Amino acid sequence: MRTLSFFAALYVFWLLLSGMYTPFLMAAGAGCALLVLLLARRMDLLDREGFPVHLAWPALMTYWPWLIKEIVKSAWDVSRRILDPRLPISPTLVEFVPSQKTDLGLVIHANSITLTPGTIAVEVEPGRFLVHALTREGAAGLAGSEMDRRCTRLEEA
Amino acid sequence: MSAIHWLDWLSGMLLLAGSVFCLVGALGLLRMPDFYTRVHAASLVETLGAGFILLGLILQAGLTLVTAKLLMMGLLIFFASPTASHALARSALLKGVRPRLVPDSEPPPSKP
Repeated sequence: MRTLSFFAALYVFWLLLSGMYTPFLMAAGAGCALLVLLLARRMDLLDREGFPVHLAWPALMTYWPWLIKEIVKSAWDVSRRILDPRLPISPTLVEFVPSQKTDLGLVIHANSITLTPGTIAVEVEPGRFLVHALTREGAAGLAGSEMDRRCTRLEEA
Repeated sequence: MSAIHWLDWLSGMLLLAGSVFCLVGALGLLRMPDFYTRVHAASLVETLGAGFILLGLILQAGLTLVTAKLLMMGLLIFFASPTASHALARSALLKGVRPRLVPDSEPPPSKP
């Protein structure tokens, strides 16, 4: 199942990038996808972490739009602070405990934090995030945030 | 006004918005006081700046393979750029670049 969907993903990727659908190129694409698949299997990359098809898809589909909304909101806030002549920032380092259990969930949470302007995940380990925030308010909203809850829901599958 | 004009206008506005965010990010890069706060300004460029420009270009390309490739670029940026920012900030902290913090916040941990 995982093998098959990985092959399909590789082949679709090839077809989209190539854009030329002659028999030779289609066959070459299938061959390349097969080769990469065999390599990935040999390197043991096709586990739950390397190719996470098991994520809670409904939760994921609502997570992305929500994340984009959050990014736009905080990007707007950061731009206002940059353009403000007084430069009203209050850089803060904050440590908190994320609620995710798996490495994958932790990575999604940490990447989402970093992707949101105004916060960077500096250190990431199970049970401890160290985050640098541009403002004190941004740092205060991190522990037990909605992002934290949503990332945990993503793992529940 | 025809539908084509309307789409061109919208994509132009998106490209303009993306450029403005890139500009603000660059300004932030100059104005911010230390390394870590500068990374915050740069993240503006890679999220909204790149996002709006990609969106504007997608409207120009329409439903073609070019759009598929632009979407892949967007996906790549969205996965790679936070990883790069994180690696940058982490190695800076490990090398002992002290962040400038507001006075009343907790001191940065000395480990690891």
